[in-house]
Amino acid sequence: MPAPATVRARGLAVRHASRRAWALTGVDLDVAPGERVLVTGASGAGKSTLFAVLAGLLDPEAAEVTGELTVDGLAPADARDRLGLLLQDPDSQLVMTRAGDDVAFGLENAGVPAAEIWPRVDAALAAVGWRYGRDRATQMLSGGEKQRLVLAGALARRPGLLLLDEPTAQLDPTGSDVVRTSVARAVADRDTTLLVVDHDAAPWLPLVDRVVEVVDGGLVAHGPTWTPASRTTGLLLPPAWIRSPDPRCGGALVAAEGAGYTHRGTTTPALAPTDLGLPAGAVTAVTGANGTGKSTLALLLAGLRGPTVGRVRAAQELAVRGERAPHRWRAGELVTRIGTVFQQPEHQFLTGRLRDELELGPLRSGSGSTAARARAEELLERLGLAPFADANPFTLSGGQQRRLSVATALATAPRVLVLDEPTFGQDAATWRELVTLLAEQRAAGCAVCVVTHDRDLVDSLADGEHPL
Amino acid sequence: MTGEVTRPTAARSTAPRRTWRTVDIVTTAVLGVAFGVVFWAWNLVFGVLAAPLDFFPPLSAVLNGVYLMPGVVAGLLVRKPGAAVFASGLAAAVSLLLGSPYGGIIIVYGLVQGLGGEIGFLLTRYRSFGWGTAVLAGVTAGLSTSILDTSLYYADLGFWAYKVPYTVFTVLSSVLLAGVVGLLLVRALARTGALSSFASGRSRV
Amino acid sequence: MTASLALGPTPDVPLSRVNPVAQLTAIVVVTLVLLTSLDVVTPAVVVAVELCLFPAAGLTHPRSVWLRTWPLLVGATSVGLVNLWLGESGALAALGLALRVVGLALPGVFLVASTDPVRLADALTVHWRFPARFAVGALAALRLVPLLVVEFESVRLARRTRGVQAGRNPVARVRLLAGIGFTLLVGAVRRASRLATAMDARGFDSGVVRTNARGSVLRARDGWFVLAAVLVCVVAVTASVLAGTWDPVFVGG
Repeated sequence: MPAPATVRARGLAVRHASRRAWALTGVDLDVAPGERVLVTGASGAGKSTLFAVLAGLLDPEAAEVTGELTVDGLAPADARDRLGLLLQDPDSQLVMTRAGDDVAFGLENAGVPAAEIWPRVDAALAAVGWRYGRDRATQMLSGGEKQRLVLAGALARRPGLLLLDEPTAQLDPTGSDVVRTSVARAVADRDTTLLVVDHDAAPWLPLVDRVVEVVDGGLVAHGPTWTPASRTTGLLLPPAWIRSPDPRCGGALVAAEGAGYTHRGTTTPALAPTDLGLPAGAVTAVTGANGTGKSTLALLLAGLRGPTVGRVRAAQELAVRGERAPHRWRAGELVTRIGTVFQQPEHQFLTGRLRDELELGPLRSGSGSTAARARAEELLERLGLAPFADANPFTLSGGQQRRLSVATALATAPRVLVLDEPTFGQDAATWRELVTLLAEQRAAGCAVCVVTHDRDLVDSLADGEHPL
Repeated sequence: MTGEVTRPTAARSTAPRRTWRTVDIVTTAVLGVAFGVVFWAWNLVFGVLAAPLDFFPPLSAVLNGVYLMPGVVAGLLVRKPGAAVFASGLAAAVSLLLGSPYGGIIIVYGLVQGLGGEIGFLLTRYRSFGWGTAVLAGVTAGLSTSILDTSLYYADLGFWAYKVPYTVFTVLSSVLLAGVVGLLLVRALARTGALSSFASGRSRV
Repeated sequence: MTASLALGPTPDVPLSRVNPVAQLTAIVVVTLVLLTSLDVVTPAVVVAVELCLFPAAGLTHPRSVWLRTWPLLVGATSVGLVNLWLGESGALAALGLALRVVGLALPGVFLVASTDPVRLADALTVHWRFPARFAVGALAALRLVPLLVVEFESVRLARRTRGVQAGRNPVARVRLLAGIGFTLLVGAVRRASRLATAMDARGFDSGVVRTNARGSVLRARDGWFVLAAVLVCVVAVTASVLAGTWDPVFVGG
């Protein structure tokens, strides 16, 4: 077995070619062999830069690096065979269609003779607690199981240092647990040094020896009793909506009445018949395990799909020429009534500029161009996106993309908002911004529906919870 | 990296790097796969779209341009010798995998169409990737496939009555779709920041 | 549609036991013979033999046969009709050309139905010295096809949330499809960059000569398979010559 690696940084500083400010300055870090360290910090603090430089992933043409950084006395780029990486997106890390082949991939690259490969593959799979055979199709795995497999692929190469970059950011709580359990197993006998980079510190604390935080490009070491501040601490939300005495507004703005959905060509329903009303001025949370049809319910309530059984009906005040089934409305009519935010914000972007993106909805629903522009300016200011008004939406960071997709939904001032996992993978600052923004919509009398696994979100915002 | 300072090079050398990085290989392959899916879909609509053009059968060649896109687009995007052949051949293989009306011969087509595009890039020595090269690669790609088509499938038909108009329409379609639309596509991709690891994503021509 | 898009591991059928490069060799032989024959007898004999191979490729259910072959039937019909209308050689020649399309296409259908892409890549790199980095790169990219299919639906629905809908206008439909395609392409190219990073993290660019964990073995039956393909072609051409219909062309001539 190879020895666990040592990491040493002295006065490390990094500056990206396109920026004037240093992303990292004066970073000193010592990680002993077999030690487990968590690197945390807010988005934009320099965490990702530290990860990239540690992993030897910085393009030397695109960044300036000064100071000293070594892994076992070597520059990271020369120590790459000592590193094992686990990154965010499982689908961007698996190479082969079968589980065993994927673990073998890294050994084939190292020129390991074929006869030695399979015993090492089996050992690596056992080390992460793999429950399926080698022939398991990777396509059929859940996100957590995919990450577990990627970890096995890294371990098979017997790395001295495991580097993890937010490996649970795209997973639900079950998947995240799978990943952390596998990591705990893999480092149990301290054969490998472990460095985890994650903005969400709390779940890693039982697994690591100590925590360092990246603050404004520098490193701060935390003591053994440190715990992260809760993101809900001091959160002041606008008061709930004062209900109008008008009885016509009392009911739900949109309601599922025994609505269910079965995909064409399948027999098991994606969503069993469900009753759920979204009252005005309230936040309704839809919760439940994966596979219960939460996202399908969101699609039905948002008027994107028609139910295959039961019905979804909007309140009379939202009806279009008497039609109350949202999925029968034209798209331009839908957006002024129901706004939807998807899990992947980039799927909703249609134009090459933020400003155009925000004007699109109002223009499509018949607003004049002056009104559309005014609305776009207002939202850009309001969400702190004004500096990027002429940027391409795809070039924004994850948190900014999320804010933009919420802003595009708000641009047409809909009475109903449906959001699928709006807080997924967001750091504390973005999380608070989003929660505040949704509370403001509630105060303005919107019916808000969030499909989520996020307990904090449900506890601090939801007026009603609908478990599936 | 001890004590060493790496500065971003101000004037990047203009000579293209000939070796393939992993990101070049995977991106070219992804383009090939994506266009393979497009081929599959295009094969299905081809029949429908070609039907109204039947009053003058060589006219259906205006639909050929789509098949020439992967080679030219990959060449413009990845800028490596062989990118056009790799992407075009793989696109053909994927369309076969998904079910193609043309059978195994489609691989030959994919390779020949890729080689056709490659000739365009070769003529500009893999140094310029602007409008001139895009159009040129479109022309050479179009010629390659029409030569293959007219000698394999339409060998019996008249030279002036069929083969020449067929070739002209194919080349026009190729210049428009593979060359012009192809370059616009690469530039649109560059604006999204998706090509940050490529020269085509950094420079403005 | 989704049945033909399943790119996971392929089921084990009799034809799977023939090495992919043997199948490819057989395909090349059949393709060369058919491409140079413009009569009706040669393709008829070849197609007749090919039809017997459906069970060996695991295509026994009419539905799976139809899913795999309907695109080529459409292609064959259109080639036949164009030549019937414009050619000077009559209906029999047109039928021959249509049969030729079928004969050219079916071996590809069998290869796809019986061969896992991973086995194909292994065979190509081991036996035909196909560059391993490109073969693996292609396999990695192939994994993205099922993801693209799932994302297509999501992106399509996302357009509606932005007030964009094509309705019955065909021009708007094409624009909508192009827009969806572009969004998918942006995602795929970004994913390619991340995938390349992850592959390099596992030593893909180490410069070490890759080994192959699965290997690919050529057996006697692979030789017999190629020999059988050659025999079928010999029989087909002989039949054609005996029937007096043999009409060879040479590519480009």
